[in-house]
Amino acid sequence: MFARVSIQIQDFNLGIEVDALRKNDKRVGAVCSFIGTVRDRNDGLNVSSMELEHYPGMTEKAIEAMIDEAFNRFDIFGARVVHRVGLLQPLDQVVMVAVTAAHRGESFKACEFLMDYLKTQAPFWKKEQTPDGARWVDARVTDDAALAKWGIEARNS
Amino acid sequence: MQVTIKYFASIRESIGKASEQRETAASTLAGLRDELLATADIYACLRRGSAVRVALNQVMSTEAVQLTDGCEVAFFPPVTGG
Repeated sequence: MFARVSIQIQDFNLGIEVDALRKNDKRVGAVCSFIGTVRDRNDGLNVSSMELEHYPGMTEKAIEAMIDEAFNRFDIFGARVVHRVGLLQPLDQVVMVAVTAAHRGESFKACEFLMDYLKTQAPFWKKEQTPDGARWVDARVTDDAALAKWGIEARNS
Repeated sequence: MQVTIKYFASIRESIGKASEQRETAASTLAGLRDELLATADIYACLRRGSAVRVALNQVMSTEAVQLTDGCEVAFFPPVTGG
C-alpha cells in the first residue's frame, strides 16, 4: 500500500501517479483525476508567483480523514492526493486528486468531493506576488457553497 | 497547564512568531485567546469578529473546546489551498 497523501515541494507526474494507483487492480474500470495549476491572474491583479504555506502534520491528517470520508460515501477502490508547497509560478501544478472505481459516476463524484473538501478544510494558505505587492489570498464563499452541496458545513470563509 | 501555540500565514506575520510554549490558566480555547489578547498588542489580530480559525491537536475545532495539559493549539486565517 503506497501513501495516499503527499505534501511536497517538488512537482508531480499525473501519469506515474495514476499508473501506481491502479496497478494490478483488475476491479478498476474508471479513473478520475483533477489537477489545479497556478493562474497568472487573480481578483483583478496579475500574479507573478505564489508562496504556499501549510501546517505540517495537520495537513496530512486532515486530507487522510477526507479520503476516509470519500471511501465511506462512494464506491471507490483507491484515492491519491498530492499537494505542493513552497514557491510556485504561473503554469506550475499545485494539486492533484486521482480516484479509481469500477464505474465513472463514483469516480467523478469522489474526485469532486475530495477537491471541494480540501479547498475549505485542509490547512494551506496562499500568498501572491502582484504589481501592488504581496497579498494573502482570501477564502471564497463559493468554496464553502461547494462543500455545502455534499451536506457539510465548511465555516471557512 | 502548559500548551504549545502555533500561528500560520497572516496571523503568524502579525504576531511575529510561528509558535510559542505558554503556561495558561485558561480551560478553553476561547479563554486562551482572551488571555493572549490581554497580554500584548501583537495578538490584536486574534480579537473576536476577525476571521480566525482554530485547531486543537491538529484537528479543526471551535473555541468552546477544552484544553488539556500539553495540548497543541493553532490559530490561522481561513484556508486557501487547492
